Amino acid sequence: MDGAFVAIAVALTVIIAIPLYRVVAGPTVFDRLLGAGAIGTKTLVLICLVGVMFDRIDMFIDITIAYAVLNFIGHLAIAKYFANRRSEGAVGEGQS
Amino acid sequence: MSPFEVASLVLVSAGAFFLLVGSIGVVRLPDFYSRSHATGKSDTLGVMLTLLGLALHEGITVSDAKLLAVIVFVALASPVGTHALARAAYRTGLEPWYRGGPQPPDPTEPVAAGDAGDGEEG
Repeated sequence: MDGAFVAIAVALTVIIAIPLYRVVAGPTVFDRLLGAGAIGTKTLVLICLVGVMFDRIDMFIDITIAYAVLNFIGHLAIAKYFANRRSEGAVGEGQS
Repeated sequence: MSPFEVASLVLVSAGAFFLLVGSIGVVRLPDFYSRSHATGKSDTLGVMLTLLGLALHEGITVSDAKLLAVIVFVALASPVGTHALARAAYRTGLEPWYRGGPQPPDPTEPVAAGDAGDGEEG
């Protein structure tokens, strides 16, 4: 049972690594932010799975709550920061 | 294995599948708006299913209640964050992608009739 959770956690690390391509190669800054947000959302699940693996979910769930709130606040703050910036290279010319 | 363990394993596996779909969508889809479509819905569903499976695995404890609270928070916060980012991109002037090169919609046509049938087969 725990072995299955370990296998899913290992698969999840690979799944988390996939949007890193979009963070590195995204044509606009919003693509990079979207990839970073996707990584943060999936890390939430990975922290919970690690908590189950160590049998200390009561501690790791608090870390998960803090991580979720920080991810959300960061998303909103960066979205506010980059809104209405037309001419500073925020939007590249290329669509991949 | 008890039925609860089987159900939790099935839920966690289904959630991991949806997270995989979200990751592939973020990499493969053609422009920012369709990518935010992938990560805004598929990732949210994946996180909710996975955490629901872990809550079933835990049984009825305080951690279970906290896991359900995280599920509710993710269901509210993740689409809101994605929407805020897409709104910022649209206000910045990022053009949507159209099949066959950039073709902005005709401004003389009414908006509702313009692009209702496009983009369904992507």
